[in-house]
Amino acid sequence: MTLALFYIAGAIALAATGIAPTRVNAIHALIYLVVSLLAVAFIFFLLGAPFAAVLEIVIYAGAIMVLFVFVIMMLNLGNRGTVVEQEMMNPSVWIIPSLLCLILLIELSLSIASLKSETNPIVVSAKEIGISLFGPYVLAVEIASMLLLAGLVAANHIGRRLSKMDQEKDEG
Amino acid sequence: MNPLIIPLSHVLMLAALLFTAGLLGLLIRRNVIFILMSLEVMLNAAALAFVGASAHWGQTDGQIILLLILTIAAAEVAVGLGLVLQIQRRFKTLDLDVVSRMQG
Repeated sequence: MTLALFYIAGAIALAATGIAPTRVNAIHALIYLVVSLLAVAFIFFLLGAPFAAVLEIVIYAGAIMVLFVFVIMMLNLGNRGTVVEQEMMNPSVWIIPSLLCLILLIELSLSIASLKSETNPIVVSAKEIGISLFGPYVLAVEIASMLLLAGLVAANHIGRRLSKMDQEKDEG
Repeated sequence: MNPLIIPLSHVLMLAALLFTAGLLGLLIRRNVIFILMSLEVMLNAAALAFVGASAHWGQTDGQIILLLILTIAAAEVAVGLGLVLQIQRRFKTLDLDVVSRMQG
C-alpha cells in the first residue's frame, strides 16, 4: 500500500516537474512546481519524515513559491517575449540538452543499481531532529542564520534603485 | 504507516529523475525565472535523496541537511529574484542571452 502511494506520488512529482519548463507562462509553470513540491512532501511523509514533509510544504511550497509569484506580479510581464519563448520550443533547441541529461540519468541509475538496499523501520520524529539540531549541529544553525542575514542584505542591496537616472528611465 | 517498505534505491532513482528533469529545464530555457525554478527543483531532488538516506538508516542527519538546503534555497531565491528585478529594470527583458555581456 505504502509502496503504491510512493509510486503514485513519484509519478505526479515527475510529471509536474517535466511539464513545468515547457510552459510559456511563468505562473502556470509555478503552479506545476507547487504540485511537484507537494508530491515530494507526501513522499517525505511516507518515508517516515513528517517534520521534513511539513517544512517542505511551509517553506518550499509556501514561502519560496509565493516569493516567485510576488516577483512575477511585480514585473507585470504581459505578453512581451512570448514569441521568443515559443521559438525556444523547437526540437533543435532541446534535443542536445535532453541527450546530455539522459546520459547523466543513465549514469546515476547505474550507480544506484549497484547498491544494496535493506531498510530500517525507524521513524525520525521532530523531537530527535531538534535535539540533534541544537546538539552536535548547533554551529550549522548559526551559520544558516548568518547565511539568511547575508541573503537579506544582498537582496536588499541588489534590489534597490541605483540612481535618479534609473528612475527617470523607468518613468519615461 | 510503515516506512520500511519503500526501498532506498527507488527513492534515489526518483531523486535522480527529478534532478535530471531540473537540469533539462535549466538547459533548455533562457528565461531567468524558469532557470531559478529549475534550480529549486534540483535542490529539492538533492533534499529528497538526503531524506531517503535519513529514513533508510533511521538517523536525523539527513533531515538536518534538508533544513540547511531549505535555508540555502531561500537565500539563493532572494538574491536571484533581486537580480531578476534589476535585469527587468535595465534590459526590459528576462532573456539571459540578452544580458550575457559583462559590462556596466
